[in-house]
Amino acid sequence: MRLVILDSYCDASTWAAKYVRNRILSFNPGPEKYFTLGLPTGSTPLGMYKKLIEFYKGGDLSFKYVKTFNMDEYVGLPRDHAESYHTYMWDNFFKHIDIIPENVNLLDGNADDLVAECDSFEDRIAAAGGIELFIGGIGPDGHIAFNEPGSSLVSKTRVKTLAQDTIEANARFFNGDISKVPTMALTVGVKTVMDAREVMIIITGAHKAFALYKAIEEGVSHMWTVSAFQQHPKTIFIADEDATLELRVKTVKYFKGLMHVHNKLVEPLESTQEKKKQKMN
Amino acid sequence: MPSNESVSQSRILQFHNCYLLFGHNLIKEDLWVREGKILNPRKLFWDEKGYADVKINCNGMILSPGLIDVQINGGLGYDFSSEHEKLEKGLSEIAKYLLTHGITSFCPTVISSEKLFYPKILPKIKKTKGGKEGAGILGIHAEGPFINVQKRGAHLADHIISAGFPGGFQDALDVYTKDGFENIVICTLAPELENASTVVKEMTQRNIRVSVGHSMANLSQAEEAVKHGATFITHLFNAMLPFHHRDPGIVGLLTSDQIPKGQQIYYGIIADGIHTNPAALRIAHRAHPKGLVLISDAIAAMGLPVGQHHLSDQLIEVCSVDDNPDVPYKATIAGTQTLCGSVGVLDACVRHFKEASGCSKVKL
Repeated sequence: MRLVILDSYCDASTWAAKYVRNRILSFNPGPEKYFTLGLPTGSTPLGMYKKLIEFYKGGDLSFKYVKTFNMDEYVGLPRDHAESYHTYMWDNFFKHIDIIPENVNLLDGNADDLVAECDSFEDRIAAAGGIELFIGGIGPDGHIAFNEPGSSLVSKTRVKTLAQDTIEANARFFNGDISKVPTMALTVGVKTVMDAREVMIIITGAHKAFALYKAIEEGVSHMWTVSAFQQHPKTIFIADEDATLELRVKTVKYFKGLMHVHNKLVEPLESTQEKKKQKMN
Repeated sequence: MPSNESVSQSRILQFHNCYLLFGHNLIKEDLWVREGKILNPRKLFWDEKGYADVKINCNGMILSPGLIDVQINGGLGYDFSSEHEKLEKGLSEIAKYLLTHGITSFCPTVISSEKLFYPKILPKIKKTKGGKEGAGILGIHAEGPFINVQKRGAHLADHIISAGFPGGFQDALDVYTKDGFENIVICTLAPELENASTVVKEMTQRNIRVSVGHSMANLSQAEEAVKHGATFITHLFNAMLPFHHRDPGIVGLLTSDQIPKGQQIYYGIIADGIHTNPAALRIAHRAHPKGLVLISDAIAAMGLPVGQHHLSDQLIEVCSVDDNPDVPYKATIAGTQTLCGSVGVLDACVRHFKEASGCSKVKL
């Protein structure tokens, strides 16, 4: 497991975006070989999406041969509702880049048969050859996607009833009206993410410090579903300083001591504008 | 090729790097268009799995709908109300010229003419869709001849039928003819004329927008017309009684409380900088911003260069403003200071209005 600690949210976002950029570029995707990417929603990944859009606009990165699979979506919320994850992905990412719509996979929370929709999502992931890099954020209670405390660590994509805490927390997005908050969601399972060849978790802010501590310093527990990735062969946590507040000094020092190694992973590749600028200087 | 052939083979254009008016704000957003229709990009993306074939960089400019001029009498030397031989040629040249100024459709305006003239002109001015070849024609604006001779403006007194409609709607039909009526979409008349209310009602039922103007009407007469269906005021302030506080006349419609519920009164206003004083523009705009419709009321001299021109037996002079000698500003009868109509193209009116009213780009 890697833990990358950056000074701020902004630095963490940039680092994450550079990492994704380098992974896609060195994969060298093409019509015969798509890069498969798992994507999260929420406030944490916004900064990373912004950066990725910049890379696309600057000509460093294309999503033409990238297939995406999103983690989750509410059940029964109209697709174009301001709080739907379809809207989030369209507004914050897809409309800005050159991704081909048919390569975008997002669970349909309005499907007639929700179970079939979830099963077909797993099939689509398998048909695409599995997920190369799954990016996730986590909640303060350590949940990944809608796999809330107590979720099975070998779960696959399925329908979930949301915890009362989550519904109450989401009410702020629905004018404070709790009756309007969706009570169910479709979500990838912990196992779905575990099956990815690499997992990248972005975690920022002091309010998530305890979750990060539970995720990496304590044992694997279904009460902190993100802790499952301790057993993943290739996981990278990207955190800002605030998120490390609950970690031991020893842990932080150890991983900070590795930063010079980690930073090599995000050095600009030959083809990028950043590299060209470096050369000019 | 985009993968949306199942829906349509037509090309999808995506305008990017532009500002759009959306929800009372100018927002930086892309615009997708197919077959001349704006697409919902989300539907395109999620349902059709389609995307743009062509991306057009707008370089940070505002992308706005085309302008519509509902009162324009001619241009480039052609006058819609006099030269029926050259009418079609004139219409197509003007349509093309207007398009270069961002006007995508217009209502050729025919002023009070000899009775014999109507059957010759009106059927020839057909509605057109518009396209690359020029702005579309929405239909004729028939300005007169049922107007008040005392407020005739540039209309010839001999052509005006001040008796109104003693025979009811049939009188209008006799003048405009059945074929001509097909092409009319706006009709300016004076509401104080005999039987005007009946005619307003008949016309409204036939989907013709009735506009009050060239009139001595007091406020209650104007309100009567509105109750019968009139929705528009022809060049506010011009050719009507001046505002008086005990009887505000047609101008009073802007703040009238007698407008039937659900109905809105609109008014045309010439914002060429000459025909309406900026203070008057502001009064109208502040009193009733939602009803304001900019019109050019341009004459045959519109689009002609600065200098003297022969237009229907008259020598007129197109003058410029001092600091910009190449830009036509106003037209006068040569050798006099008498204004003979507007030469401002509608886009110039929009700019002038913005400056004079101080309203924001969004409000425009």
